[in-house]
Amino acid sequence: MPPKSAHELLEDPEFQKLARQKNTITLILTVVELVLYFGFIALVAYNKAFLSSKTSEGSSITIGIPIAVGVIILSWILTGIYIFWANDKYDAMVKRVKDRMGR
Amino acid sequence: MQTQPQSTIIGTLSPLSIFFFMVFVAITLGITYWAARRTKNAAQFYAAGGGITGFQNGLALAGDYMSAASFLGIAGLVSTKGYDGLIYSVGWLVGWPIVMFLISEPLRNLGKYTFSDVVAFRLKQKPIKAAAAIGSLVTVLFYLTAQMVGAGTLIKLMFNLPYESALFIVGALMIAYVLFGGMLATTWVQIIKAVLLLGGATLLVILAMSQVGFSYPRLFSEASARYTPAFLEPGGLITKPLDAFSLGLALMFGTAGLPHILMRFYTVPDAREARKSVFYATGFIGYFYILTVTIGFGAAVLVGRDFITKIDAGGNMAALALAEHIGGGVFLGFLAAVAFATILAVVAGLTLAGASALSHDLYVGVFRHGTANEKDEMKVAKAATVALGVIAVLLGLLFKGQNVAFMVGLAFAVASSANFPALLMSITWKRFTTVGAVASIYTGLILAVGLIFFSPTVYEDVLQAAHVKVLTAATAKAAKLDKYAKDPAKAMADLKVKADGLTAALAAQGLDAKTLEAKTKDLATTRADLALLQNNGLAAAQAAAKADKVKADGELKKAPFPMKNPGVFSMGGAFLVGILLSLFKREKDAEEKFEAEKVRTYVGIGAEGASSH
Repeated sequence: MPPKSAHELLEDPEFQKLARQKNTITLILTVVELVLYFGFIALVAYNKAFLSSKTSEGSSITIGIPIAVGVIILSWILTGIYIFWANDKYDAMVKRVKDRMGR
Repeated sequence: MQTQPQSTIIGTLSPLSIFFFMVFVAITLGITYWAARRTKNAAQFYAAGGGITGFQNGLALAGDYMSAASFLGIAGLVSTKGYDGLIYSVGWLVGWPIVMFLISEPLRNLGKYTFSDVVAFRLKQKPIKAAAAIGSLVTVLFYLTAQMVGAGTLIKLMFNLPYESALFIVGALMIAYVLFGGMLATTWVQIIKAVLLLGGATLLVILAMSQVGFSYPRLFSEASARYTPAFLEPGGLITKPLDAFSLGLALMFGTAGLPHILMRFYTVPDAREARKSVFYATGFIGYFYILTVTIGFGAAVLVGRDFITKIDAGGNMAALALAEHIGGGVFLGFLAAVAFATILAVVAGLTLAGASALSHDLYVGVFRHGTANEKDEMKVAKAATVALGVIAVLLGLLFKGQNVAFMVGLAFAVASSANFPALLMSITWKRFTTVGAVASIYTGLILAVGLIFFSPTVYEDVLQAAHVKVLTAATAKAAKLDKYAKDPAKAMADLKVKADGLTAALAAQGLDAKTLEAKTKDLATTRADLALLQNNGLAAAQAAAKADKVKADGELKKAPFPMKNPGVFSMGGAFLVGILLSLFKREKDAEEKFEAEKVRTYVGIGAEGASSH
């Protein structure tokens, strides 16, 4: 039977699955982003020597440079991963729930 | 590689800059005229009728976020401090993924025009709207003050236009955009500005990289050779880990609590476009910071740190000096005009957010108990726009010449402490209550503002600025004398060489007044130091300098709160108070409405389609 009210929808297994999946994905991605940035800050605070070491023999580029730029690029990639999942999987689940409710 | 520059036209009113700026003004006013005919009701005024696409909104979000202060400031920081500038720039991006994962979709699905709609969704309208409006307004006013003072100062540096005139131009234009064109005009001003800024910065990077054979390794090896390898290593930016962590919290979660950013999510038709817009915005902003950092290193190598700090001690003219050096007067004129346009667009966005807090949250939500007819709401919104525009100019005049850099930090601290915790808990936590939300907002606000006031940033550096200057000078002098004492013979030889060099430089013709004064002063100090060493007066001078330092240190009233960034305590406190008070007394009504809220959060059924109004 299709869910009619908000209350019924909350009991609906498909809705519960959708909400659970979304919570899991956003939580994981948020934690990854926090670890990424605060990990970088922790390196700056506690291991300057590592960030100051050179990327290769004879190069003047320090490891800190690709790491900092990497944090910027990885942050963007994380948003990309999320919309890739959401536009594909999540929106389809939302559409199914809405269709069943006739909305 | 070209030779280093000797002179600059930065600081003169160049006809080219005026021309480019006039073109920008003409186009944006044309758009405002077009938008004015499409801005008749509240949904159009606050949210551009919900008809903006995800891509357009992504550009506009980037436009709202990429301020002239960050463009010129970060390039300057990198050119003078090297790697530390890069560390600093990273912090400004990392809030965007948080906005996407935690805020953007629920915000779009639950609210109408402002983020306080979301917090008030199932709680009691009046107290929530009042508290959220105050949180928004305080954030906007601090941000606006920093932007206006920055605008006046930068425009004076770039064009030598009087500070006051610059403020009036910025004030008048931004009022025109917002008042007549509402969100639609503001959005397009942001989009144009974002395209110009990204395009200009890209061109500048291409030109700069062409000087080093498009090779980053070469750019860095030249920077390292010229400024020692330490230029590419972390320096003194992070000395206190807890303080750095605290700043990180404010930057990360503050972005998710900025009213002018949050408001943009109502300009798109649905949650799908909202999330897309953050993806584009994050990409543009990340790209922008990578460009800006490259510009900073490019300026350090191609223009030189000494030349940059000669134009402006803070290094703020690094990007423009690089543009002039490798692109000539035309490119400088273009980029200076873009920087001006950037300032204008950012303050327009802030003004619109502030006006919405006044009209939609305070007037309708609090004074009219949530029911006002649309005509009245529009009238109030427009009056609020003019009032805020005038207030912005007045704040700019009031804080002229003051150090307001801390105010951006304060805006982020308030956004992350007053706005973000209540917003997040209202979306995710069933047991959250009106009392908890109101207490959380005021706790975050009072702790953020109060702790920054009692921190070294304001309590010492701003309120006792003269004292700090005396102390800094005394400390430097004591350090200098200690260094002489280590090897007096070498110090004497060095000072002699320096004095001869300065004498020769002063004998040359054609020095500008500023250089002349600086070199004369330098020579006098050098000669005095030399005399001191020759007459065996070093020990006595050392003792005197040490006494001066101790005295200045004793006279400085130490800040009661030792950290520069209160984020850990203000944001932590806001969450704690919100949770404890919500647990203390249940709000049955709010818990019941959470079911409807949850459905709307996840599937968007019942979400406001602003375009259907």
